[in-house]
Amino acid sequence: MPRNVLVVGELSEGAPTSTTIELVGAGSRLAGGGTVAVTLLGNGAAAAAAATFPAGATKAFTSDDANYDQFRSDQWLAAVESAFGLASPDLVLMAQSLVGRELAPRLAFRHNTAAAMDCVHLADDGGTLKVTRPVYGGNALATFSFATSPAVATVRAKSQDPIEPKAGASGETAELPAAGEARAAIIGREKVEAEGLQLQDAPVVVSGGRGLGSPDGFKLVEELAAAIGKDKAAVGASRAACDLGWYPPSQQVGLTGKVVTPDLYIAVAISGASQHMAGCSGSKTIIAINKDPEANIFKSARFGIVGDYRQVLPPLIAAIKAAR
Amino acid sequence: MHLVVCAKQIPDPETPPSAFKIDPQKNEVIPAPGIAPVLSQFDGIAAEAALRIKEKAGDTKVTVISMGAESAQQAIKQVLAMGADEGVLLNDPAFEKGDPHTTATVLAAAIKKLGHVDAVFCGRQAADWDWGEVGILIAEHMNWPVAIIAKGVELQDGKFRVQRVLEDGFQTVDVPMPSVITVSNEFGEPRYPKLQQIMQAARKTVTSWKSGDLGVDAGAVGAAGARLKLERLYIPEKEGKAEIMDAETPADQAKQLVEKLKAAKIL
Repeated sequence: MPRNVLVVGELSEGAPTSTTIELVGAGSRLAGGGTVAVTLLGNGAAAAAAATFPAGATKAFTSDDANYDQFRSDQWLAAVESAFGLASPDLVLMAQSLVGRELAPRLAFRHNTAAAMDCVHLADDGGTLKVTRPVYGGNALATFSFATSPAVATVRAKSQDPIEPKAGASGETAELPAAGEARAAIIGREKVEAEGLQLQDAPVVVSGGRGLGSPDGFKLVEELAAAIGKDKAAVGASRAACDLGWYPPSQQVGLTGKVVTPDLYIAVAISGASQHMAGCSGSKTIIAINKDPEANIFKSARFGIVGDYRQVLPPLIAAIKAAR
Repeated sequence: MHLVVCAKQIPDPETPPSAFKIDPQKNEVIPAPGIAPVLSQFDGIAAEAALRIKEKAGDTKVTVISMGAESAQQAIKQVLAMGADEGVLLNDPAFEKGDPHTTATVLAAAIKKLGHVDAVFCGRQAADWDWGEVGILIAEHMNWPVAIIAKGVELQDGKFRVQRVLEDGFQTVDVPMPSVITVSNEFGEPRYPKLQQIMQAARKTVTSWKSGDLGVDAGAVGAAGARLKLERLYIPEKEGKAEIMDAETPADQAKQLVEKLKAAKIL
């Protein structure tokens, strides 16, 4: 049975985000010949729509109104409701982002249906949509089906593969109304991001945890990242370390922080609680450095060093510098 | 003012992975022996946020409500010990095995029954099912605005000024009263009740409401009303054990690791 899919897309610097492209790809796999519509809102949305067709979209609903640039859920909800009317979706997909976290439950409520959050797996099981998501802080996985329609799901970044781009593909476009009223007023916005390479883009992530013992421990972690290369490695932190104020929350890797999928993830003095692993288990290779040989992190790591990071990191930094 | 805190009792998230077990027939977590359930961490922080507002504003009542088993009294008592004034337990077999939608339906009915409410504080998500939806759905039921994932909340000119955690920084928003605010761990640690407060809380009465008291249709809540059907709950297989560097000294282990990484073309 064909399934009409509506993807709530997001823009970054005038282009669809990589997660939007992944969601459109997932949508086109699940559509089974149904339409794959995408909404894009904010400055440059109409122009950005062209990039969604090769990724699998068949329709794009856009508004260039710059009032959508900052997410206000009342405004976005009204716009997505308009697109909903045009797309008659059986499935609505959003990113597990600032947008999806708030919009998915609200949209589901208004259509007497349910939203499944932070899904990592979407499957068609003989015509029934089944979604799988981590629960109990990542200790377990739960698979759900929907008793109501449409199904609404938010999806974890990088959990879905984009499709092979369809060169020259095009699709229908339609304009959504300009932004209306919002009850919550945005008063200020403060960007707190590490300079240079961003966590999600880095091919190597070096993270520190509570086992560092003090904020000073991050100096060695940063040195290790710098030795690998400022253009290659970014520094992350566990929730425990961020909650202690040792590192900015914007660098938190984990269930309530960022999800990273680098080629190499180096966990320094991190025990490997499920909560943390939820943010890094998609890494190609994990290296663990921990003084506790029983630490959970060694179960997910490919290589490990059992030892005090203060003794291990300086020679490791030297060896990496020598190898480059 | 009247502030409501929604509190949930959950299996202790600090349960070691070796003690975390699932009954595959029932699709349920088997309670770990000797590990008592706890107040969901984020809900304790939500209570802290409400109590700080109360202390600053004065003349404010804080009511804590919890939907759950009889044992959820403990979660309620903990928030009462922190300084909340009244507790309500929503305990009915009809409420069990629901989903975020049915939970929010029950909680919203209870909030309406409480009468005048200026704000509802929830944790950003419960640390068991991690949905992160109930606060938002309560707001939809009440037709109130919502501000999620707060790291700071202050009352200012009759509005809540909320500092929110975003992926790349912070955002300050003003939401009018009444509204729902969900609170994140960046807010800070909840207070630790003093022994005297714990004893006082033990004497505070906790009201108990069932589906009939709330006027909710038993078929619309719990398992009967759930829109999400749990098909399978399972523990993912771990890949196994790391290859541990076995050279004598940390320096040699570091060199050994770099050699391995070069051989595997990772570095």
